[in-house]
Amino acid sequence: MAEATYTSDEMMTIAAARMVRNGTSLFVGIGLPSAAANLARLTHAPDTILIYESGTIGTKPNVLPLSIGDGELAETSDTVVGIVEIFNYWLMGGKIGLGFLGAAQIDKFANINSTVIGPYGRPKVRLPGAGGAPAIAASCGEVLVTLRHSPKAFVEKLDFRTSSGHMEGGDSREKMRFPGKGPVAVITDLGVLTPDPVTKELVLTSVHPGVTVEQVVAATGWPLKVASEVKTTPLPTATELQVLRDLNERTAKAHAGQA
Amino acid sequence: MAKILPLSEAIAEFVRDGDTIALEGFTHLIPYAAGHEIIRQKRRNLTLIRMTPDVLYDQMIGAGCATNLRFSWGGNPGVGSLHRLRDAVEKSWPQPLAIEEHEHAGMAVAYAAGASHLPFGILRGYAGTDLTPHTTVQFIDCPFTGEKLAAVKAIRPDVTVIHAQKADSKGNVLLWGIVGAQKEAVMAAERAIVTVEEIVDKLDAPPNAVILPTWILSAVSEVKHGAFPSYTHGYYPRNNAFYKQWDVISKDRDTFLAWIDKHIMKTKDFDEFRRSVGVA
Repeated sequence: MAEATYTSDEMMTIAAARMVRNGTSLFVGIGLPSAAANLARLTHAPDTILIYESGTIGTKPNVLPLSIGDGELAETSDTVVGIVEIFNYWLMGGKIGLGFLGAAQIDKFANINSTVIGPYGRPKVRLPGAGGAPAIAASCGEVLVTLRHSPKAFVEKLDFRTSSGHMEGGDSREKMRFPGKGPVAVITDLGVLTPDPVTKELVLTSVHPGVTVEQVVAATGWPLKVASEVKTTPLPTATELQVLRDLNERTAKAHAGQA
Repeated sequence: MAKILPLSEAIAEFVRDGDTIALEGFTHLIPYAAGHEIIRQKRRNLTLIRMTPDVLYDQMIGAGCATNLRFSWGGNPGVGSLHRLRDAVEKSWPQPLAIEEHEHAGMAVAYAAGASHLPFGILRGYAGTDLTPHTTVQFIDCPFTGEKLAAVKAIRPDVTVIHAQKADSKGNVLLWGIVGAQKEAVMAAERAIVTVEEIVDKLDAPPNAVILPTWILSAVSEVKHGAFPSYTHGYYPRNNAFYKQWDVISKDRDTFLAWIDKHIMKTKDFDEFRRSVGVA
């Protein structure tokens, strides 16, 4: 086996991209999810329909957008609709199969915080806030969450619940009658966590190559449940790495070049 | 019928101290020139509404124009925090700023309700989030099914300001690309000002294009590059480098004040502003 050299961020993006089934309609958050969604589209899932909350449907950007509404997204889309339409008809209307979100904090039931670290009135870190995330988390058929693993991000109790995952676990999400099923996987730079089918608590089911279970447990702020058989994520392929690096390089060039 | 006016006259006539004002544009077509003119004319005690208060509202808040903000995502997209917004909320500088924080879907239905002259918009949202105690949302029972739904108070701005590609000589406005909530924001407002890249004889727009007819607008002003550093689809790209520079300019109060003074207060219009920051 050829020893590939890659960063843990690259592994995270590649592992997240692999979760996307070809042909899925995918509502994409900015940042890590956007990179993973586009990597999927450029590799194994060319027929994936990417949708950004700016109203761009079926977009095929050549470079990753800096903002959710870059011109690139409109120019390469099948159609562009207004904000009221994208949220009311497409997202909350139940047309979207998969939502892809990032987060600053996540808890054991995959509820996420993208609003504030520390108290709301006296924040330690003030994040941009909800944006489209609560509606994506509630309405898409399924949800993927991707973020870097650390005890500060994987917390026992969120400082603020911006978007609902599996609420308090068990059937608590079902009782809310959200249209979507909620998070089906959390992909980090160390491994993959999936909710237990009954308790809905996140369980470590896969570690990335070279990462130990102990490492993931140590990077998690609650006593992390570990699957009886933890898989090892397959190594990034040469193609995956090449496509991701080319995409990042094109993106850096496009965003640096202006006065 | 809209009056075709120089931007300074449009702002002088239609934007007043204490107004509830929405400057809309979802990343695209953000009305920077109009926002700068509001700063230049020292409007005060404004209640600002915008789904994505980005750098423009950071400038207006830091310059002391606003006492209130209703929004759903406050950041410098792809860059980080809005330092002036944070300073106002957390340290009351240059004055306290009361915020009412929503989710995008809630703002969208609130604009649609405003445009429809309904008292509230309705959605399956907010439930299960910590937004609820920090915002104005009420949960009501659907009269047909009993389902619990979120009701969000309609947005009815005194004045909405947007930027668009073109108007004709009568003041009919055409916009395209990412059109955000501009149409709803204009139709929800008492008064509406539109800046455009150019005024042409005829729009030559196909049916179903987003046209805001002159008779629902108050004023139309021609301002070339009026969305800089945001972009105008078909005219010029987003200046991502400026958005990155803003992080440095806005971090420190004195640097920010010096920038506002030099580039906005001491320039007479947007053309001069763009020359002063070296992009024209």
